[in-house]
Amino acid sequence: MNCESVSQEKMASSPIDRRSFLMCALASGAALGSGELAAPASAVPIASSAGLQSDTQFTFEARFYEKLPSRKIKCKLCPRECIVGDKERGYCGVRENRDGVYFTLVHSRVCAAHVDPVEKKPLFHYLPGTNAFSIATAGCNVNCKFCQNWDISQSRPEEIPANYLSPHQAATVARQYNCPTIAYTYSEPVVFSEYLMDTADAGHAAGVRSIVVSNGYIQHDALQQAYGKMDAVKIDLKAFTESYYAKVVTGQLKPVLETLVTLRKMDKWTEIVYLVVPTLNDDDAEFRGLAQWIKANLGPDVPLHFTQFHPEYLLKNLPITPVPTLDRAKAIADAEGLHYVYIGNVPGHPAQNTYCPQCRKMLVERVGFTASQMLIRKDSTCPFCRHIIPGIWHV
Amino acid sequence: MTDLGGTSRRNFLTQCLTGAVALGANSALRAPAQQGALGAKYGGNSRVVIARDPMLRGTGSAIDPHRLEALADRAIQALFNRDHPAAGAPENAIAAWRHVVGANDTVSLKVNTLGGRGISTNVELVAAICERLQQAGVKPANIVVWDRDSEEMERAGFRIIVGGDRVQCYGTDRVGYEDELSAWGSVGSRLSKILTRSSSVLINLPVLKDHDGAGVTIALKNMYGAIHNPNKYHPNGCDPYVADLNMLPEIRSRMGLVICDATSAMYEGGPGFKPEHNWKSNSLLVSQDPVALDYTGWQMIERKRAEMGLKSLEAEKRAPRYIATAADNEHRLGHCDPSRIAVVEV
Repeated sequence: MNCESVSQEKMASSPIDRRSFLMCALASGAALGSGELAAPASAVPIASSAGLQSDTQFTFEARFYEKLPSRKIKCKLCPRECIVGDKERGYCGVRENRDGVYFTLVHSRVCAAHVDPVEKKPLFHYLPGTNAFSIATAGCNVNCKFCQNWDISQSRPEEIPANYLSPHQAATVARQYNCPTIAYTYSEPVVFSEYLMDTADAGHAAGVRSIVVSNGYIQHDALQQAYGKMDAVKIDLKAFTESYYAKVVTGQLKPVLETLVTLRKMDKWTEIVYLVVPTLNDDDAEFRGLAQWIKANLGPDVPLHFTQFHPEYLLKNLPITPVPTLDRAKAIADAEGLHYVYIGNVPGHPAQNTYCPQCRKMLVERVGFTASQMLIRKDSTCPFCRHIIPGIWHV
Repeated sequence: MTDLGGTSRRNFLTQCLTGAVALGANSALRAPAQQGALGAKYGGNSRVVIARDPMLRGTGSAIDPHRLEALADRAIQALFNRDHPAAGAPENAIAAWRHVVGANDTVSLKVNTLGGRGISTNVELVAAICERLQQAGVKPANIVVWDRDSEEMERAGFRIIVGGDRVQCYGTDRVGYEDELSAWGSVGSRLSKILTRSSSVLINLPVLKDHDGAGVTIALKNMYGAIHNPNKYHPNGCDPYVADLNMLPEIRSRMGLVICDATSAMYEGGPGFKPEHNWKSNSLLVSQDPVALDYTGWQMIERKRAEMGLKSLEAEKRAPRYIATAADNEHRLGHCDPSRIAVVEV
């Protein structure tokens, strides 16, 4: 079955068995382009049309909320703290108040599933050269104007096709396709925390690790409980100003910075991506402030990826980030003393490789999303000068 | 009983097709009949008609459909026929409807069914409007009653009718949203294909109720049911999202008339139905200016709240700021200055 050439309408009406689902997930993974872009629904065969699925099998009482009078609830999952009336949903669109009880509508409701190189997340210091079984549900707790996956992140679950994939099934698929990791990604895993937690548990029981690609916009308790089960975390730090977060992201910077500090205290392997959007978050002062903050609060060894923006969603009027801008950002961060600064979405750029900060030898060479050469020793040291290279390098 | 394109009104209300798969007899995009009408209208003042019938329910609680039909006729006639108010004869009402629709139009009626049976657009009102539209020359299959979700519509008492020569009645869940985004200001959304492909004229049929976030939810916010992502537009009291949404050309160019069903209204606890805060206003608000209508409805809610000993929405820090935004220089969707609104009570 050639999944990628079939229109969404045809996909919605085609019955599918698990074998076909798995074949399409595997086939579509290598063809994905820049950034953590979910392949469109045409590459993910679905069992039934959106809108005609019963949501019962996907509906579970949510965690991280408190009940209020008059059948209202206060969600405690992310800093929005939505006050949600009866029959209404939170900002994320995937959690609903029913008679004063809050429910997640997306447990096991997977709308995107692919086998991706882990470098695509991007995670460069985590099991290079391996694949991650990457899954997502609908929904997001922000609304970034540049979102590449807006068709799933900004949709309600009943609006897009999805497949039932239980936590146990997800772990089984990961093992069957030799993925040492399950990645929660594409949309925003904060909003499907319940599913993430249960799947991480199932994965660990089966010897499969878990990583999350997230905006970090999550409350402290949920962060500790949900991301506490992760083996690595990649946080999208959208900008270093509150005004950008307010106008372009519809979120807040401060809670994300707090998340990063907490992850550090939890000793979670963390990498940061900063998407550079021309004219909006690309000035030197912001790059410098960002790098200084990272060094002071997280240390110089946290990998920082400056990635190239491509026009999408509500920012189609802006140009692609010029490569010199990315070079400038990297130079500033290097000068501030960060050891692992990368440039992403620019195939062939030398800043996609990993270099020893001490002897400057290339240790990991990357071509696209493939680690073509990996010289770091099993004890995580440079083979040339024995400097420790932080990361999780070997399975 | 008046025929509604091959079926009686009673059958319209009770019948449904089984196994229907043909959706939307007119699926091609139609050029809107009302081009920017609302924006051009508000150089002068706006007119909002409040039509009341204290005997709408007789001595009981159920609405008399004939009195409701007469109330709707009186309201629309008063809106358009300024020299001959309140006679309410059907032929005068049909003539009034011809100010809004033509025989070649495809007309969609956006109802509000989120709150369930207690606080949804009245089915009998919708039936009466459909009858007048057909008498004004609109073909029954070119009329679609719609909201976001078919199940919600059914819970509110509507029967889903898809295909055939009758008045259509179904939710966006049956046809989906456009793939492309429509954007204005802070809003970027996919629009219901019912709006974009089955309407040249939109009749907005909200209810009158307060809202815990926006303050009130009446005509302008009823359009949240036309987009795929309304949950994204609730921060900051839904401001400026409500106003920006109504600036989308697909909505603005089609909006022909607002008839707010205030026969049953909510002054507290909205948008869900709370019987303890429901009041039988037994009225309809009609206007071609959705901002003026929302402002007028807001004042009605505030008066009821005061009567019931409740604080104003302003005092509760949830005054509907979106109304002023909709009237500002950037939007000009209508008037919210009471000196620019002529309220006519009939």
